[in-house]
Amino acid sequence: MEIGLGHYLAVAAVLFTIGVFGIFVNRKNVIILLMSVELILLSVNVNLVAFSAFLGDLAGQVFALFVLTVAAAEAAVGLAILVVYFRNRGDISVEGVNLMKG
Amino acid sequence: MLATLAFWAFSGVAIASAFMVVIARNPVRSVLFLILAFFSAAGLFVLLGAEFLAMLLIVVYVGAVAVLFLFVVMMLDIDFAELKQGFLSYLPLGGAFALVLAALLAMTVATWQASDQAQSLRAAAMPDGMSNIEALGTVIYDQYVYFFQAAGLVLLVAMIGAIVLTLRHKDGVKRQSVTAQVGRDRKEAIEMLDIKPGQGIGE
Repeated sequence: MEIGLGHYLAVAAVLFTIGVFGIFVNRKNVIILLMSVELILLSVNVNLVAFSAFLGDLAGQVFALFVLTVAAAEAAVGLAILVVYFRNRGDISVEGVNLMKG
Repeated sequence: MLATLAFWAFSGVAIASAFMVVIARNPVRSVLFLILAFFSAAGLFVLLGAEFLAMLLIVVYVGAVAVLFLFVVMMLDIDFAELKQGFLSYLPLGGAFALVLAALLAMTVATWQASDQAQSLRAAAMPDGMSNIEALGTVIYDQYVYFFQAAGLVLLVAMIGAIVLTLRHKDGVKRQSVTAQVGRDRKEAIEMLDIKPGQGIGE
């Protein structure tokens, strides 16, 4: 069986779904939430690269590169916020986050 | 044949390890499974002919982001058991939502068709006779150079933001203040005492 574009799109769709599922079930653990976001961005990258390869268009890979950049920046800032939050609160549960309320 | 086999292996490992990231009890294991997922995705990229992005995925994600996650997970003193509480109560809602989303995506992928003009609408057609990284370089530094600079700015802002967020000024730490040192004058540095003979300056 020849592997086509549809196969890669299916893999990316499953990864995306797992990422969203992870956001739903790990409401208390911000670290896993961030990892789920990374999974979602990874699935987007798989989509972009698959389209790029099957269409013969390099723009998709360039955009995957930029998505990678933004994902790295997001992880750095997110983890920094997490460290500060842990320092202030002593836990990393997001359920009771209302510190920003006026 | 070998490529087909590799696709199934890589995608299977990627999906299984992604699932383990989400349901693992211990966040350290989650991070390790995340690394495995990224490795498998890099394998998929190699199969697609995007070698540069595959290597970038390993260097950036496995080398930097995942290690950052690992540092934070191990640095913070977290009660892992308590964090998993409520997992089962969120499971029905999360599972239902994931199923609906999967059905939507399946319908989209099944009915999707490429446009007739797709070939002529390409933004940067892949040049012949060039390696992937060479072709990518000619596109990034030419057509997308401003986006490339903007990506650098994003990284700079993220770096500054992370440093500003985690920087801590502790009280009670003695620091050198050059202005205070230089701005000292004779009046506050020297005190003239009138000492009577034979008594010294004791209290």
